[in-house]
Amino acid sequence: MPLDNVVFWVFAPIAVASAIAMLVQRNAVHAALLLIVNFFCIAVFYLLLGAPFLFAVQVIVYAGAIMVLFLFVIMLLGVDRGDTLRERLVGQRPAAIGLGLALALEVFFAVRAGVGFAAKAPVGFEKVNAGGNAQALARVLFRDYFFPFEATSVLLIVAAIAAMVLAQRKARAITQAGAEAAGRGEVA
Amino acid sequence: MDLLDWVLLVARVVIVFFALLIVVMVLIWFERKVVADMQTRVGPMRAGPRGVLITLADGVKLFFKEGITPTNADRPVYAIAPILAMFPAFLAFAVIPFGTHVHVFGRDVPFQLADINIGILWVLAMASPNVYGIVLAGWSSGSNYPLLGSVRSSAQMISYEVGMGLSLVAVLMYSGHLSMTAIVDQQAGVFHLLGLGWLPFPRWNFVPQFPAFVVYLICSLAETNRPPFDLAEAETELVAGFHTEYSGIKFAMFYLGEYVNTVTVAAIAVTLFLGGWRGPAYPAVIHWFWPLLWFLLKLVLVMYVYVLIRATLPRMRYDRLMSFGWKVLIPFGLVWVLATGAVVVLPEVYGRRAVLVGAAAILGTVLLVSSLPALFTAGKKEQVRS
Repeated sequence: MPLDNVVFWVFAPIAVASAIAMLVQRNAVHAALLLIVNFFCIAVFYLLLGAPFLFAVQVIVYAGAIMVLFLFVIMLLGVDRGDTLRERLVGQRPAAIGLGLALALEVFFAVRAGVGFAAKAPVGFEKVNAGGNAQALARVLFRDYFFPFEATSVLLIVAAIAAMVLAQRKARAITQAGAEAAGRGEVA
Repeated sequence: MDLLDWVLLVARVVIVFFALLIVVMVLIWFERKVVADMQTRVGPMRAGPRGVLITLADGVKLFFKEGITPTNADRPVYAIAPILAMFPAFLAFAVIPFGTHVHVFGRDVPFQLADINIGILWVLAMASPNVYGIVLAGWSSGSNYPLLGSVRSSAQMISYEVGMGLSLVAVLMYSGHLSMTAIVDQQAGVFHLLGLGWLPFPRWNFVPQFPAFVVYLICSLAETNRPPFDLAEAETELVAGFHTEYSGIKFAMFYLGEYVNTVTVAAIAVTLFLGGWRGPAYPAVIHWFWPLLWFLLKLVLVMYVYVLIRATLPRMRYDRLMSFGWKVLIPFGLVWVLATGAVVVLPEVYGRRAVLVGAAAILGTVLLVSSLPALFTAGKKEQVRS
């Protein structure tokens, strides 16, 4: 058995197990931890498929993003762990079950129809990656798709700035109201 | 790959692992001695000659201490956190070339664990699990000081990772490679300063990339939670920060992880900015000796700078630290990346001479325009005074 297959069969069960464990986990921080395990396994799969750049991005971006999620969990739920996940939205559970079943059916029929199972390796993959995977990706992103790439980054920046402006306004309104109340002597 | 290759690979991993442990041992002694010297103390002096075995003694002591788990702790996470804080630092070292290669059993064995073509990205990727160790330690201890310390330190590390990433981006744009070996090769040869034939200087990246070097040094201090950025464990405010509730071998793992991290970060500085293992090689009996020696010398030099900073600067206030990172380092890094891009790409497109003339013209205009208001106000002040 080639080394790639050994690595795959070591990491694939971990990936599936961590995903399932994450779903049934009641503790939010433990769930986030299991999600990280899952993301690392997927990163290893990218490495096996000859996409080291995607591996690095998966680890840096997703692990970094989960980090923020972690902080939110810790800050919002506090130190006391426990059953904090209560159902808030009405009718969420039946909707989730219905959509999940639909997805399962879709995957089942897609697999039966043979979609998503490449019988042979993609054509010309080695040739494209000749100068290195990251370099090949950079060539595509910054030459062929330069304009869409830059437009997307501008969109993201605009969204981030908009969120900051909205949050700022709310915070300022609150502090202003507080200051006025204090000025009228309502807050001792 | 046959059996011999596997044996050599495993041997390299084991050797690098133990070499890192020994370097850490010496580093801690070195740091304590230098700091003691600057405070006119003797420093450790009992264990071994001049106290060089102090770290070993500390390690043995910690090993045999009782490991206490707080009743409030989240057990599995509490146990995983020290491991997460220690291993990524070792893993990041895997891409660092610390010498040329050596010929054994008919094979060329490089002085590097893995020359992967995403070298710098691997280093960044290994920086993120490290943060988890600290956050999880703080959260799982089930106590307030560790939690506060870990929230602080994770915010700090995420912020300074951005600045660090920007300085690394500038280097990789300048050298045009992601692989560590390729970056070291790019730094071969000499500059001829001032266009003169004499006064040769090695083509190390810290000359053309000096601002990026400074940004990297500052960010690396913050990344490794070293003074003056050690707010995660500010003992005047937070007892010991995220590892307050840890004792015995688990605490030793945090301690070790922090120092391995320091070594790794310094080794990256050496590789990317100081020419890696390159240096004048005098004829020697053993050809791999000089590169290894140069690498170690440069490593000690960077460490010495870290220790000097620790011994001289007071701890920063937390809000100042954050605003320095976000409002100074990151904008500066962005501008520097832009400038590096212009320097790399524009001469290819327009030719060297045109770009130099253009840059001089822009610089002159900017200087002139920015000095105009100052000239006028200076005149007014004179009038008021008279």
